[in-house]
Amino acid sequence: MKTKRIITLILSLISWVIIYHYLKPISDFIVDDVFKMKAETHLTESVRFFIFEVPKVLLLLVLIIFLVGIVRSYFSAEKTRKALEGKPLFVGNIMASLLGIVTPFCSCSAIPLFLGFVEAGIPVGVTFSFLIAAPMINEVALVMLVGLFGWKVALIYVATGLIVAISAGYILEKLKLQKYVADWVFTVKSQQNGLELPQLTFNDRIIAGLTSVKEIVGKIWIYVLAGIAIGAGAHGYVPDDFLARVLGADNWYSVLLAIVVGVPLYSNAAGIIPIVSVLIEKGVSLGTALAFMMSVIGLSLPEIIILKKVLKWQLIAVFVGVVATGIIIVGYVFNYWVFAV
Amino acid sequence: MEIKVLGTGCKKCKTLEAVTKQAVEELQLDAVVEKVEDIQQIMSYGIMQTPGLVVDGKVVLSGQLPDITLMKGILTQQQSK
Repeated sequence: MKTKRIITLILSLISWVIIYHYLKPISDFIVDDVFKMKAETHLTESVRFFIFEVPKVLLLLVLIIFLVGIVRSYFSAEKTRKALEGKPLFVGNIMASLLGIVTPFCSCSAIPLFLGFVEAGIPVGVTFSFLIAAPMINEVALVMLVGLFGWKVALIYVATGLIVAISAGYILEKLKLQKYVADWVFTVKSQQNGLELPQLTFNDRIIAGLTSVKEIVGKIWIYVLAGIAIGAGAHGYVPDDFLARVLGADNWYSVLLAIVVGVPLYSNAAGIIPIVSVLIEKGVSLGTALAFMMSVIGLSLPEIIILKKVLKWQLIAVFVGVVATGIIIVGYVFNYWVFAV
Repeated sequence: MEIKVLGTGCKKCKTLEAVTKQAVEELQLDAVVEKVEDIQQIMSYGIMQTPGLVVDGKVVLSGQLPDITLMKGILTQQQSK
């Protein structure tokens, strides 16, 4: 059973590499020879974009989510909490943001996690760093960014996301807003015995990787398809530089506009990034696009509504304000100083 | 056997409840499955990720969604204790 699984894994990996390597000729063959579409028309280019990008992004997703699933099996909310206990403020914010990337997290667990952290005496600001970084910087966002923009933009996204999470958490703590956390939060007492985590073998971790592929890809493939379909349509039909006038770097209000539109929108990384990639292709500047992406993925109404149970509205308002300000600064910095990436 | 499914009502929590009930039925266990939705009560078990599964007062799962085979394994193991 074990050897069989290893052989299957190795064979899958080899076929993954081969398919990924020949994706371009295969998709061209389908468009030009199977569909016999006329070259260089709007429709042909849209279809070509779709047929090439969908398998590419799905292949990347499967591989990375599998690997991240294995890595994540070494982390848990319990271990993260232990690591953060008693850490001084600034160091705690940095660690919380970094751990936010690798700790398994689902926004439906935001409340128990918040309570668990606060109960362990972890400062509210450090907890916020975690809660900002965890949804904003995740493996799906990373894969989509690498697949559609390359490593540079993906790294920039991770770095700026970390900066926003660290500084927003730090500022929130300095503002002394503890009194705006719902009162009952501080009275929660849990049994100290809690949960004993079982020791995992490497085989268990591989299964954990496969399970997360099934779970995550099963949930987001439809967003990937929809996002790339919208992207493909715009790729073929929207004239180049059409958006440059409104959302280019020269327009001072483009970043603000991107955030005003982005915050109420709720999508996961899988759906929004193909659209963002086409926005950039059509002339939207990188800073504006980054700001848009972060406000859609990082600040979402559903999560805010969940947090409403433990936070009073004043704190929620400050939380959204601080994170949004961070995103705005990132947007302007990229538009004006590092435009040529 | 006293089984509690801890969850505030997300999709995973509902699935866990269904899987638990299915396992209890298939194993023909003499067990009561109860859903706990109150957050303060959930927190009293010391878990930070929902859904959670509690068997006879002991947390056996947190933040995880097992398939039916694994769930049966967990319940059988807990029963023999």
